[in-house]
Amino acid sequence: MPASKKVHVTTTINGEDTDFLCEPRHSLLEVLRDNLGLTGSKEGCNNGNCGACTVMLNGRPVDSCLVLGAEVEGAEIETVEGIACSSNLHPVQECFLEGAALQCGICTPGFLVASKALLDKDPHASEETIRFDLSGNLCRCTGYDKIVRAVQAAGQKMATKV
Amino acid sequence: MTTTQYRVIGSRPVRHDGADKVTGKAIYTADTKLPGMLAGFVLRSPHAHAKIISIDTSEAEATPGVHAILTNADFPNVENKIADLGEGSVNLSYLSANCMAQQKVLYRGHAVAAVAATDVHIAEEAARKIKVEYEVLDSVTWVLDAMEENAPLLHEDIVTDSMGEKADKPSNIPVHLHFEKGDAAAAFEEADGIVEREFKTATVHQGYIEPHAVVADYNEDGRLRIWTATQGSFTCRQQTAEILQIPLGNVLVTPCEIGGGFGGKITVYLEPTAALLSKKAGRPVRIAMTRADVFEASGPTPGSFMRVKIGAKNDGTLIAGEAWLAYDAGAYPGGMIGPGCMCVFSCYDIDHAIVDGYDVLLNKPKTSAYRAPGATQVAFATEQLVDEIAEKLGMCALEIREKNAVKEGSRRVDGPVYPPIGLVECLDALKQSEHWNTPLDGPHQGRGIAAGFWFGCGLKSSAACTVNSDGTINLMEGSTDIGGSRTSIAMQLAEVLGLEAEDINPQVGDTDTAGYTDVTGGSRVTFATGMAAYEAGRDLQQQMRTLAADLWDCSADDITIGEDGVFSGNGKAVGFKALAVELFAAGEHLVGRATVAPECPTNGFGAQIADVEVDPETGKVTVLRYTTIQDAGKAIHPSYVEGQLQGGTVQGIGWALNEEYFYRDDNTMANASFLDYRMPTMLDVPMIDTIIVETGNPEHPYGVRGVGETPIVPPPAALANAIYNATDTRMTELPMSPPKLWKAMQSEQASE
Repeated sequence: MPASKKVHVTTTINGEDTDFLCEPRHSLLEVLRDNLGLTGSKEGCNNGNCGACTVMLNGRPVDSCLVLGAEVEGAEIETVEGIACSSNLHPVQECFLEGAALQCGICTPGFLVASKALLDKDPHASEETIRFDLSGNLCRCTGYDKIVRAVQAAGQKMATKV
Repeated sequence: MTTTQYRVIGSRPVRHDGADKVTGKAIYTADTKLPGMLAGFVLRSPHAHAKIISIDTSEAEATPGVHAILTNADFPNVENKIADLGEGSVNLSYLSANCMAQQKVLYRGHAVAAVAATDVHIAEEAARKIKVEYEVLDSVTWVLDAMEENAPLLHEDIVTDSMGEKADKPSNIPVHLHFEKGDAAAAFEEADGIVEREFKTATVHQGYIEPHAVVADYNEDGRLRIWTATQGSFTCRQQTAEILQIPLGNVLVTPCEIGGGFGGKITVYLEPTAALLSKKAGRPVRIAMTRADVFEASGPTPGSFMRVKIGAKNDGTLIAGEAWLAYDAGAYPGGMIGPGCMCVFSCYDIDHAIVDGYDVLLNKPKTSAYRAPGATQVAFATEQLVDEIAEKLGMCALEIREKNAVKEGSRRVDGPVYPPIGLVECLDALKQSEHWNTPLDGPHQGRGIAAGFWFGCGLKSSAACTVNSDGTINLMEGSTDIGGSRTSIAMQLAEVLGLEAEDINPQVGDTDTAGYTDVTGGSRVTFATGMAAYEAGRDLQQQMRTLAADLWDCSADDITIGEDGVFSGNGKAVGFKALAVELFAAGEHLVGRATVAPECPTNGFGAQIADVEVDPETGKVTVLRYTTIQDAGKAIHPSYVEGQLQGGTVQGIGWALNEEYFYRDDNTMANASFLDYRMPTMLDVPMIDTIIVETGNPEHPYGVRGVGETPIVPPPAALANAIYNATDTRMTELPMSPPKLWKAMQSEQASE
């Protein structure tokens, strides 16, 4: 079977105009990691059950393994690589570090993207809201306790900064 | 309890690899890309048990983009040689056959061929064109069935080794272990109360979020370079070299950042395959498992059947214990039955005990270590019986544990006598805790407690520290860092030298660079590699003392080194950094080094409290509150110790309430995805409170005990006890999922 014809896609990734060629079967996660070298987004399951590949697509967190590269024409995408501003960490990154909210770190990029998305809407999110909103992100190391606390701390930091 | 005041130890610095891991810069194996790299795909068996009649790769070979195809014919013949992997040993022929099936496939997911191509999709398409002809055989996945005389036989050449005596015909039981202490039969005669039950636990998986992955580059000069997700780069090097039958020195293993392991990333699965594909293709090859591959073809931890009995006197003294344990080994021998036998009564001072354990082959993937391997299953049994006999004798669950807890001088059923340990202190902390002293306040609620133990091993570690011209240190060590160990090791070096954690640049070296270091496992890294870093610091100080004596015109014996790392002598008092700068300026460049191999286990004990609410309509268990208490000896970085306690506990909660391999009628796994193999999400658990007890380990300069594994041991038992207290229903089968608990509650009600 001959390989399918590649598709040309124009998009914005972390604020930069980006275009790429991909096969129709390539997921956005594959495009980010293999075509564009943005390996911060991780593959844990490749079927939308672990959240390690979470990115922002037009302002909403999505599992990039469930989006096709060819679908993102004209879209705005933000990945974990775009969270820090120049060399300044975002409060959610700072709080994950200060609160020891990561161990192996493989789920961390997905958690950071999803947490920032939640806190941008609701910096005062309750523990219940955080647990509900981030339940699509699996972590096997931490037992979640320190992640929840880090997200709460980051929310406070973000609310004070505004 | 330790009372020494430290400057760095006990503080909570940001980990050295932290910024890399919150910005997406940290490089894991699947992120590694080499020029010309191909993608590999492994074709796996759809059957639980089958003979391989033939493999035809011709159509796959003709696929454009395919560069190499591999079958069992490409693997060298490996003898029945036993290789020591540090934490356990393995027969190399089985290890090799587990990487690529030989005459038979022994479980669904068993590798039968592999393809390297320009793209993983092409590799997969080509692999699907490989025609494997199978003769399907009868299979077995339940441990008691596999022990039957007429059970489908996995290996024709395996006979039972019963404490050194070999049986005369083959069976699925490679090993029978037997331990005895005192006279259990006589003691049961004298017991005032006896409880006995049978327990079952399901196969569960470590569930690390990063699937196994490897990049191999077989160079034209015979040098094999491997980048991989491993818990032990040196054991990976050894296994790979032995399977490929190439000199160990030809292999370089670079451990990438690793996305979780929990014991499941010690055995090699992909490395030899990637290496041979690379050799055939003349290009580097990367292979990553899919999530389904991880479930079906890596190493889950044993399902089990256990019959356990304990006897006590009226005053609550436990006097007799008996255990009959059968654990899944999986498709090849070498399961977790040994530690299961040793742990079944490890928390209690029982004078008379008898333990029989069976390692059982069946058509599941070869089991692997999972955090305190073998201990969680037996704790599920024993810790429930301890509660049950307490109730029978009118005692409280805590009181009976306090009365019988092991302490210094207690002898375990397998022989060892405990040095100073901290179970009594953990139970005391439990008794004093706010949680224990706060009553429950609702219907269908219950509280349970349980104790747990894991050995914690020493093994071999190395460390080298190079002094920079500004007095900072580059620390080279060989323990792959799964949960912040770079920092806990660097903190011990900083403490001894009088530096800050940030003055140390710790680096996990590859097998060409770091000194020999055993696996990241056995709760050993902060203990043993930390000890190596401490000793390397001491080595550096001795060198500096000699050099300072020349500089200061006195004898080395006149120079003392304070607890704060300050060198004093001949009227001078200079800190480490200032002296290092002075020595460098004087032309001295320094490297401190150490190798250690502590032999004594670190003996990690813990205790936990679980509060649950059970929905009587559905059998769903909600964990309301949870406290994990553990003797850490001395917590180097308390946040990461808490993290180990919390993470292990939540894995244990998953094991207790949800996780299991479901098997179809044809003995293939039905739920090989994160959707259907249900690990706890954030919404399924509460905050996990922790209490760190510090009894100080006399075998370590700062008193460290291993902490990583013990926290997973008590949860299923603590939750089962809590469920009993909420519902009057004893759960003897894991997981205690809603359908099982609902059914058990129904039959409990029917029998009332």
